[in-house]
Amino acid sequence: MPESAAPRWHARFMLGLLLAPALLWLGALIVAPHLDLAVLSLRERVGPRQYAASLAQYRTFFADPLYWHVFVRTAWMSVVATLLTLLLAFPIAWVIAKLARGRAGSLLFIVCLIPFWVSETVRTLGWMILLRESGVLPGLLVRLGITDMPVELLYHDATILVGLVYTSLLFMVVPLISSLESLDNSLIEAAYDLGAGGFTILRSIVIPHAAPGITAGCIVVFMLTLGNYLTPTLLGGKNSEWFTEQIYNQFIVRFNWEQGAAFGFLLLGLSTAMVMAGLRLTGQRFGDVMRRT
Amino acid sequence: MSTPDLVADAVVKRFGEHVAVDSLSFAVERGSFFSILGPSGCGKTTLLRMIAGFIAPDAGDIAIGGGSMRGVAPNRRPVNMVFQQLALFPMMSVGENVAFGLARRGIARAERRRRSEAMLERVGLGGAAHKRVDELSGGQRQRVAIARSLVLEPTLLLLDEPLGALDLKLREHMKIELKQLQAAFGTTFVYITHDQSEALVLSDHVGVMSHGRFEQLGTPQDLYYRPQTPFVAAFVGANNRVVGRATARDGASIEVTTADGWVIRAIHHAAGAIAVGDPVEAFVRPEVASLGRSEAQLPAGQPPHAGEVLSVLFDGANSAVLLQESRSRREFRIALPQTGQFSDLKPQERILFSFDPARAVCFPARAQAAGADA
Repeated sequence: MPESAAPRWHARFMLGLLLAPALLWLGALIVAPHLDLAVLSLRERVGPRQYAASLAQYRTFFADPLYWHVFVRTAWMSVVATLLTLLLAFPIAWVIAKLARGRAGSLLFIVCLIPFWVSETVRTLGWMILLRESGVLPGLLVRLGITDMPVELLYHDATILVGLVYTSLLFMVVPLISSLESLDNSLIEAAYDLGAGGFTILRSIVIPHAAPGITAGCIVVFMLTLGNYLTPTLLGGKNSEWFTEQIYNQFIVRFNWEQGAAFGFLLLGLSTAMVMAGLRLTGQRFGDVMRRT
Repeated sequence: MSTPDLVADAVVKRFGEHVAVDSLSFAVERGSFFSILGPSGCGKTTLLRMIAGFIAPDAGDIAIGGGSMRGVAPNRRPVNMVFQQLALFPMMSVGENVAFGLARRGIARAERRRRSEAMLERVGLGGAAHKRVDELSGGQRQRVAIARSLVLEPTLLLLDEPLGALDLKLREHMKIELKQLQAAFGTTFVYITHDQSEALVLSDHVGVMSHGRFEQLGTPQDLYYRPQTPFVAAFVGANNRVVGRATARDGASIEVTTADGWVIRAIHHAAGAIAVGDPVEAFVRPEVASLGRSEAQLPAGQPPHAGEVLSVLFDGANSAVLLQESRSRREFRIALPQTGQFSDLKPQERILFSFDPARAVCFPARAQAAGADA
């Protein structure tokens, strides 16, 4: 109808205007640099300021077992960190969403939030002060007579995991709380009334209901962990062998941007593949997960 | 008579200072439909949750099917509950919902399927087993919720205002369906509601609850025709409440005179003595009173009263006229006869009315009667 044509055009224009900042941000800061990186990763330096298209950067990755090893290790450690975060966050989210009433719930949530008032660097340095050989925790262990000499608690895989879980906890707790809060308590009571025990209720009622929240939390935490640089580098030292460190080395230390760009794309591919595999495994769709949380 | 399916013995539940259930004792016969009727906050939900086992009584005992339920968890009780919001599991199909309890009892998959499908058939939902819960209408969900409980063949089925979420038309329909289901299965139903019409239509026995106690426990007819307390008279069915003092007494017949000098007669049959001069509350049901344009039109032998029409409340078979009694300026509701007589009444019209004093009831006034609403 002619009357509605103008308002519809107007509405579209307004929608475009509202979306403009987000689209600009997405285009200028994410799509454009990635296109540039893609071009960069697919060329090879053949002479001073001379480049040719080539797959050499990717070939290097598959040829050198060190890169492979670090790549797989990063993926594996990230999966472990994500699962540990989930195990730790679930009871916290349950308490906040279901058991704590009124102010106690928000207070607990603030307790989870407080570490994030401090920058990640300072937080990680805090862990170092606690865990290094001359630090607080080894000293305490000696004083309690558990160890004879101060032990170095830094630079272990477990240390890296502790740091990663600590950094990621909030990002798991938030989607879990929102998905658990929407679970009607009477469903739990009904299951209990029909003869189910705690474990069955968890398995057949709570987890299926919270699945989108669990998946969303896992995706966010996995991506954050996989792409984390500071925590593994500081807490793991030279034992960290984290893939982001390899990317950093290529770009900054070796000034080999082509190789770094290729590594960056491999990491992007890895995180995409892992997320897709996770969704497939739990039978969920990405859109549903993002909508439900 | 066999042992009752449910026996409550001096059950008490307190929340802080507040006594939610106050030393309540009653028994529910096997196969009967028992309702607990009361306004919100009277403790009926607390009582139901104690029977289901979600909360433990502070004192007293609840026995189900002859066995004490002290320390028995909800998932071990021979009781199932239909929740107010039904609480069907949205992550499961209709069939899985019904089979859920059977699976918890370790019944094999094929048998579970057979029994749940047979149960769905019985509640008129044959072939719906594969459907999702959100594909069903409100009434169908109701039936799934009942089927999910009844498939476990509980000694007792508890229903927590299950019709509250439905619209009026469906509620009327489900009322009849519930009664038929209960008759067909023969399971003992314990039903809680604040809707007196649900309680009256459905139940064999009703306990009217107020402030954690049963005001009266009896058949719907008892509650309606022979209320034992002013609360029951006011809560069950419509009633005109007249507050005054006893000015004369002739056996059970009491003469009640209001502060402004209106005199009526009513029968005192409940507990508590009434002496001349005592404050009393009398109740006259709208359908007990008759209208007349002249004294000759009123039933013979009934003392006449006069009033002025305030408004005609047309509601089909439940139509009534709201009068203002001439002497006391008190509102008085009278049912309009089904014959269509008096349907031409106009506001401000003066009219006579009368009622049989034997069908009006009178109680000693409650302590805080002046403040309580009828």
